[in-house]
Amino acid sequence: MNIEVSGLRVNYGDVRAVDDMTFSLDGGKIYGLLGRNGSGKTTLMSVLAGFRRESGGTVRVGGRPVFENSEVTREICLIRDAGETIDIDKVEDALYFAEWLRPRWDAAYAGELLDRFALRRNMKVKEMSKGQRSALGVVVGLAGRSPLTMFDESYLGMDAPSRYAFYDALLADFMEHPRTIILSTHLIEEYSSLFEEVVIIDRGRLVLHEESQTLLSRGTSVTGTAGQVEAFTAGLTVLGAKRLGPTASVMVYGDLDEAMRRKAREAGLELGPIAMQDLFIHLTEASGDAAPAAPAADASANPSGDAR
Amino acid sequence: MFDDRSPIYRQIADRIKADVLSGALQGDEQVMSTNQYAAFYRINPATAAKAFQQLVDEGVLYKKRGIGMFVSPAARDELRARRRERFFADVVDPMVAEAKAIGIPLGDIVKRIDELERNR
Repeated sequence: MNIEVSGLRVNYGDVRAVDDMTFSLDGGKIYGLLGRNGSGKTTLMSVLAGFRRESGGTVRVGGRPVFENSEVTREICLIRDAGETIDIDKVEDALYFAEWLRPRWDAAYAGELLDRFALRRNMKVKEMSKGQRSALGVVVGLAGRSPLTMFDESYLGMDAPSRYAFYDALLADFMEHPRTIILSTHLIEEYSSLFEEVVIIDRGRLVLHEESQTLLSRGTSVTGTAGQVEAFTAGLTVLGAKRLGPTASVMVYGDLDEAMRRKAREAGLELGPIAMQDLFIHLTEASGDAAPAAPAADASANPSGDAR
Repeated sequence: MFDDRSPIYRQIADRIKADVLSGALQGDEQVMSTNQYAAFYRINPATAAKAFQQLVDEGVLYKKRGIGMFVSPAARDELRARRRERFFADVVDPMVAEAKAIGIPLGDIVKRIDELERNR
C-alpha cells in the first residue's frame, strides 16, 4: 500500500506536532521512521492509521483518504504497546479481537509466534511485563498481515533475544508476504539493516526520505591532520567535527566522487563510513534555534532507486 | 556480523567473490537466494539483492529466471585476472610503504619471500 502525505499539519491546541510534511512511500517495503522524542513520529503514524484527523494537508493510503474510512483502516494496523487495543483482559482476547478486526489474520502463525515469545493464551495483559506486552503487540501486528503495518517502538522492555526473534520473524514474514511496514525506533543501530528506506523527521518536519543504503553512502568521515582535513572539507556539507590534538575528524554529507576520494588518499586522509545512528544524531541535533545541518536539496525527494 | 567499513551489500559481494576465488563456489553452481542471505545476515532483502545485482553487473553471477543465481563459468578466471592486475598496487606497494615507514630493509622482505618459496 502506497502512502502520500502532502502539506500535512497536525495541531494539538497551540502546539503544532506535524508541520507541513510532504513525502510519498511506494509501499511494499520496510521503512524506518526515525525522529527524536517529540518529533512527531507517533502523531504521524496516528494520522496514517486514521486514529487522528489531520489539521491540514492531505493523507492518502492506497490512494484513498484515511480518516473515518473503514474500507481503508481495516487494511491498516498500528501497533503500540500490547497491540491495537487497550483494556483487553487476556492474551486470547487480544487474538480474538484481532481475528475479528483483520481480514487477513493468520491464526496458526499467531500461535507459532506466541510460542516463540513464550506467551500463553491465558496470560492477563495487565499483569504482563512491558517486554511481554511488546511481544504481544508484535504477534498481533505480524499475524494480522495488514497491507500497511506500523510498529511504534514495539521493542520497549524486550530483552535482546526477544528483539532478535522479532527482527527474524519480521524479515521472514515480510519476504513471504510482502507488504508496507513502518518501524519507528530509537534503537537505530539494531534496526538500521532492516530498512530499505528511512524517513527522518525532526520537530514535526521532514528532514529526509532516502534509501537507507544511499543515505549511508552519503555519509563519510574524514580523518587526518587538522590542516589537511580542513582544506579537504571546505565547501562540503559538514555535519560535525571532532579534534584530538593534531588530528581532526569531520563528518561530511554528500556524494564524494572518485576524484575527491583520490585527492583524499593523496593528502593522506582516511575516509570511512558513518553509521546510520551517527548520521541521525547529526542530522537532528540542533544547537539552540539553528536549523539542523541541511542535507542536499534533493534529500526530501522521493528516491528514484538510483543507488549512488 | 559485519565490520562498519563498507556497506553491507559490498561485504556480501566480497564474500561471494572470495568463495568463487577459493573454489568453494564452482562455475554454474547455484548460490543461495537473496532471501536466504537476508535472513542469514538479518538484513533487508533489497540490500541483499543489491549485492547480487552488483555481482551480475560484474559478470560474476548470472540469473536464471524463476530459478535463481548461478556462478558464471568464467568468473573464477576473470576474478583472478582482475586481482592479478591490482596485486602490486593493492598488496605490494602498501607493504613496501609500511616496511619503509618502520625501517625494514627491502632485502629482508625479498629474503622472506625466498624462504617461503623454498619451504613450500
